[in-house]
Amino acid sequence: MALLELKNVSTFYGNIHALKSISISVEEGEIVTLIGANGAGKTTTLMSICGITPVRSGEILLKGQNITKVSPNKIVQMGVSQVPEGRRIFPQLTVSENLDMGAFLRRDKEGIKRDMEEVFSIFPRLAERRNQLGGTLSGGEQQMLAISRALMANPHLLLLDEPSLGLAPLIVQSIFEIIQRINKERKTTILLVEQNANMALKIASKGYVLQNGVIKMADTAAHLLENEEVRKAYLGL
Amino acid sequence: MKSRSLLADIGKSFLIAIWFMVLLFPLMVMKVNVSKGVAQVQFRWNMLPLVGIAAFVLSLLWRFALEWNEKRGNDSRAGGPLAKLKALTSQYLGIAVVRKGALFILLAFALAYPFLFGMYHTNVMITAFIYIILALGLNIVVGLGGLLNLGYAAFFGVGAYTYGLLWKYVGHSFIAAGIDPGWLFWISLPLAGIIATLFGILLSLPVLRLRGDYLAIITLAFGEIFRMVMQNSGDITGGATGISLIPRPWLFNIKLTPQKAATYIYFIAIVLVLITIFVVRRIEDSKVGRALEAMREDEIACQAMGINLVRNKLITFALGAFWAGIAGVVMAAQTTYINPDSFTLWESIIILMAVVIGGTGSIPGAIGGAILLKLLPEYFRALAQYRMLIYGIAMILVIIFKPDGLIPRKRKQYTFKEKELAK
Ligand SMILES: Nc1ncnc2c1ncn2[C@@H]1O[C@H](COP(=O)(O)OP(=O)(O)O)[C@@H](O)[C@H]1O
Ligand SMILES: [Mg+2]
Repeated sequence: MALLELKNVSTFYGNIHALKSISISVEEGEIVTLIGANGAGKTTTLMSICGITPVRSGEILLKGQNITKVSPNKIVQMGVSQVPEGRRIFPQLTVSENLDMGAFLRRDKEGIKRDMEEVFSIFPRLAERRNQLGGTLSGGEQQMLAISRALMANPHLLLLDEPSLGLAPLIVQSIFEIIQRINKERKTTILLVEQNANMALKIASKGYVLQNGVIKMADTAAHLLENEEVRKAYLGL
Repeated sequence: MKSRSLLADIGKSFLIAIWFMVLLFPLMVMKVNVSKGVAQVQFRWNMLPLVGIAAFVLSLLWRFALEWNEKRGNDSRAGGPLAKLKALTSQYLGIAVVRKGALFILLAFALAYPFLFGMYHTNVMITAFIYIILALGLNIVVGLGGLLNLGYAAFFGVGAYTYGLLWKYVGHSFIAAGIDPGWLFWISLPLAGIIATLFGILLSLPVLRLRGDYLAIITLAFGEIFRMVMQNSGDITGGATGISLIPRPWLFNIKLTPQKAATYIYFIAIVLVLITIFVVRRIEDSKVGRALEAMREDEIACQAMGINLVRNKLITFALGAFWAGIAGVVMAAQTTYINPDSFTLWESIIILMAVVIGGTGSIPGAIGGAILLKLLPEYFRALAQYRMLIYGIAMILVIIFKPDGLIPRKRKQYTFKEKELAK
């Protein structure tokens, strides 16, 4: 049984048909990537999974359980955590307060403390800046903070929305290495949304291509990297 | 920053002066005299240069002030005499003994106040205390939760009317039973808090999905609706005439003279202020308080963190309303008379101004703002007719020169100390 399964999901914004009956499945422990151009519906897909944007039809299953109509806070409690597009850290809260907010629903003080230390060991730069306001961090550091904040919920499934957005190539490189590390060391399953298809397909095992709210292609990442159409449209080759 | 040349400043001020001369011409220069049914226009030409010179000087001053403000922003770290004084006071206040001593003197002064000054000043101070409670309550909604509430006076009214109506309908049976009706005050105090909280929840329901302008308009409407209902249901609430002869708080069946009663209410108010400060500080440092701040910053990120926005907004409005309810009861007890005019939009705006001028989100700021806005008008009664104008100017000056308020919020940063101690 897949960890996450979307079956014919359709989502609307008023009259705008943003997702047109899409189906995606993510197996336990893997990195799956969802690539597509601007406005394809990638963010909408993640927001639908999290219950923030309501789904009109179809169903979303988490470990076989239907979560289509479950409220966002319950979904976080069930082990799904999102790093939203554009990072969306809390600029007026300090780094450690941002991390505290990530652990908002947890009651286990010991576990929170341990995860905080772990996050700081993954991102030593954040440890140095733990009392700095989130808004004063650089773009790369903010992305690290956003990922760390999501990890503080101790998720099984981590949803990442364009983590490379607006970052310098070197920083993107290190962020992707860390995403891989999180997947290997924490055994966290990852659904990675990206426009940077090349990088994403290189670390993923499986990929979906989204176009105008429709899944155009679904294949192993290796196959997609070889695919003529993908190479032309998304890799710029 | 670009440097402005003096000449350009003078030139612009000159243009503004001419513009004002044109603008104010019909008002300041032309004067219509009606004598024997014939209107005659009298031209007071000597006013024209006066208007021009005044506009020129004020505009030039304003430009210099702006320039000074910009410069100050650029080298705020350099430290002028003012910054040094600030550093010195904060250094001394950092020493526990000095801080405790200062607090002790302040408290002693507050306790002696009603005995040192007369009843008039005691009453003024009670009003200031009521506004401190109101400002602290609104500060939860506006400062922490980031939700604009322009109908806050309605919750204040809910508190006052809880006491008033209780007196109107239950008072006589208390007297008949031989119980001092002053007891009603002590019953109303928690009851008004609860009822105001319920109203807060009621208001939060329709505004759960709103922010910014829409929220401001809906809360404004709520405030007005409350006032209208109180005004127009005359049979129940006494309508525009309100409710009078509200009893003073019970104190061991002692009949208090007005002077003594004021002193008594003064002490009740001071205790309530201290309780409010204590509780509000606890809320700010709690997980709930942090969640409210996070909601102010980014709602979508909050949802992604599993923070329940609906519950959060409910809590925000409920917590804010509670304190307004409490303040309302004290107000009714102090004035012994309430009517809908005490709970107008203007009242909501003054409380909001106290929060903003003091420093949004800052507890000392809300206290300072409330005292400033309530005490100054009492001691400058001569300027009463310009009150709105002065408030408006003060607001503009604060927003431009001290956008974080007079006593800006200092964020607590305790994690670092903890860490150092552990090492
Ligand atoms: N809040 C919204 N209201 C209306 N339309 C929206 C909203 N958010 C996204 N859309 C529309 O839905 C489509 C998909 O958007 P999105 O999921 O953000 O795409 P992507 O993340 O792939 O760039 C776009 O056409 C966009 O204009
Ligand atoms: Mg997007």
